[in-house]
Amino acid sequence: MSKRFMSIWFRHLLTDWHVRRQPALQHMPFVLAAPVHGRMIITSASPAAEAQGIRTSMPLADAKAIVSSLQAFDDEPERGAQLLKALGEWCIRYTPVVGIDLPDSLILDVSGCTHLWGGERPYLKELITKLRAIGYDVRGAMADTIGTAWAVARYGKITPIIDSGEQADALMRLPPAALRLEEDILARLQKLGLYQIGSFMNMPQSVLRRRFGQPLLIRLGQALGYETEAIAPLYPVPPYEERLPCLEPIRTAPGIEIALKVLLEQLCLRLQKEGKGLRTAVLKGYRVDNRMVQTEIGTSRASHHPEHLFRLFELKIPTIEPALGIELFTLEASKVEDVASEQEVLWIGNPGLKAPAVAELLDRLAGKIGEDSIRRYLPAEHYWPERSIQQATSLEEKPATAWRTDKPRPVQLLSKPEPVEVTAPIPDYPPMLFRYKGKLHEIRKADGPERIEREWWLEKDGGEHRDYYTVEDTEGQRYWLFRSGHYSGNQSQWFIHGFFA
Amino acid sequence: MPAVKADIISQLQQDILRMQGFRSKLTDTVPDIDLGPVNTAFPNAIFPTGAVHEFLCAFREHAAAATGFVSALAGNLMQRGGACIWISVARTLFPPSLKTFGIEPDKVIFIDLQRIKDALWALEEALKCDGIAAVIAEIPEISFTQSRRLQLVVEQSKVTGFILRTSTRAASTTACVTRWKITPLSSELEDGIPGVGAPRWHVELLKVRNGRPGAWKMEWTDGKCVVIPDNATPVIVQEQQLKAG
Repeated sequence: MSKRFMSIWFRHLLTDWHVRRQPALQHMPFVLAAPVHGRMIITSASPAAEAQGIRTSMPLADAKAIVSSLQAFDDEPERGAQLLKALGEWCIRYTPVVGIDLPDSLILDVSGCTHLWGGERPYLKELITKLRAIGYDVRGAMADTIGTAWAVARYGKITPIIDSGEQADALMRLPPAALRLEEDILARLQKLGLYQIGSFMNMPQSVLRRRFGQPLLIRLGQALGYETEAIAPLYPVPPYEERLPCLEPIRTAPGIEIALKVLLEQLCLRLQKEGKGLRTAVLKGYRVDNRMVQTEIGTSRASHHPEHLFRLFELKIPTIEPALGIELFTLEASKVEDVASEQEVLWIGNPGLKAPAVAELLDRLAGKIGEDSIRRYLPAEHYWPERSIQQATSLEEKPATAWRTDKPRPVQLLSKPEPVEVTAPIPDYPPMLFRYKGKLHEIRKADGPERIEREWWLEKDGGEHRDYYTVEDTEGQRYWLFRSGHYSGNQSQWFIHGFFA
Repeated sequence: MPAVKADIISQLQQDILRMQGFRSKLTDTVPDIDLGPVNTAFPNAIFPTGAVHEFLCAFREHAAAATGFVSALAGNLMQRGGACIWISVARTLFPPSLKTFGIEPDKVIFIDLQRIKDALWALEEALKCDGIAAVIAEIPEISFTQSRRLQLVVEQSKVTGFILRTSTRAASTTACVTRWKITPLSSELEDGIPGVGAPRWHVELLKVRNGRPGAWKMEWTDGKCVVIPDNATPVIVQEQQLKAG
């Protein structure tokens, strides 16, 4: 049996998507634009805009000169592929083999599927009507080859269904662009006056190869059917979800634990086979009284380790309220990532922060006390003490610069410097004594000053620079004091900022 | 057969020590922490890793000194590449300063909590995890029962724990292997040069299970804890405290 292919061309894929989201745009001229070499170039235009002469690859400024009321939206480069993928997955109800043909069409292998809809014509009509009803302006065509289906979908004027073996006739009157050719080959054909495929279709192959190269022959062959062409079909990923209906409603914590263990084992088995691990999982319990209870966990790195995941859920089990009983459990991994396969024990030598045990510990802690109470710091290139550290975003993040040890820094730093009373008779000398929390400290030894200028480009409210002194009192206790601003006799403001070891 | 009996008893004593987290010279030839003369205070003359140590620091200045000493100990433990977890209820620790004591501050995970109960839970969970070099906790108070739990955990996992008790009240008995008190001492630079020198501490080992408590003057120089010789002989503290451990 010969193969049959169907090509669906979305004439305004991206603009139709915008109209679906904002129905008000239906009859308004609008375009999507993206920056190219510093200016905004139109990447797609709505039908209303096209009617007024706006084309793609036109600068946005020119288009606005033509239509002053033109609306422009930013083009997201990945959007088209995402849309086509979603539409392709929707089309799987019509045929098991659906492929994406970027930028704006789908290829369906409909061999042996059409009779279920009562023939090719009703099949095509059904599919096109459904897509148009969703809101996409589509054209479809069916033929023996992908090439012909593609050509007829875009350029065909007579009939969308090309009977088996009639490709040559169908292509005869179409322009060469219908063969999916490169821009320069098209220009050369145009130059030679070959405006229709029919004009060169029957020329000897050696002549065509010499003049236009191999690509033209391949494309021609693919359209006519003597070159094979394959499509990369879409495989929709079934959701990572497991269900466990219970014979008797579950009302106890041990019962929930057993259900959870069963579900986790099933889910982790599948994740292991596919080399994936879950980052977030939701356990839902459907109760007898038609209510639903759920609890959620998250991991800091993808995991498919049932025991570890169970320990995370175990902390949440007390929050599940079974009431009269839970009759159905579902466990869904809402976020799944690839997981690096674990090394053998032999290699676990100096794991440090990368040790799986540490990551699992942090998951447990984050599950109970919240993620924001777990912190890790990296050096930041600032002298101002409060700004000299920054919080790391992940366990893997490496410090960009080395930690500095050239200047003395206290072990304990007060989050806010506390004012102290000092006696400092000589400018730019450390104080002789200071009073902190009612206790008088007589200073024996001191180092400094280390002047730290404020970072006016970061701070909103201006302050003074700080002159830091490391001081040691008679008991050997070491402090970090600073004077805010310049010395001004008794008016100088002194603060304590830290304690040295 | 008195000789055989003595053998058996000494063997049993060694077993008990090993179970409690003390190590013997035979099994570990290279100790993680070498404190020089201080080693004589510990059973088998090895610093007990795989145990929980507590530090009394009622005042901020003492806490700073204890932080320095603990960082120095933890820095030694982290040489093998393990991570360190720092749990605290009200943290004032300034991470860049840890670098001075031989710790890469980015290898330390800080867990800042509001409630002591949560901190103790986190401490116990962290001590259970055998991929970690040291766990340090700054908490105001710990009861005997709570410390007993921690001791049982570390006997399994062999993780070293340090507890900085910041409460000003008289310290209650705990099941920790040692009890330390670190107070700052005035630093000295060579030849009487003015200025602040390397950190110096008066290190008091108030209690140590199966060992001999003592007190030393120590200084942190060139990435090592060095005992200052003039007071090297351990001072035997009261008999009462010896028994309490």
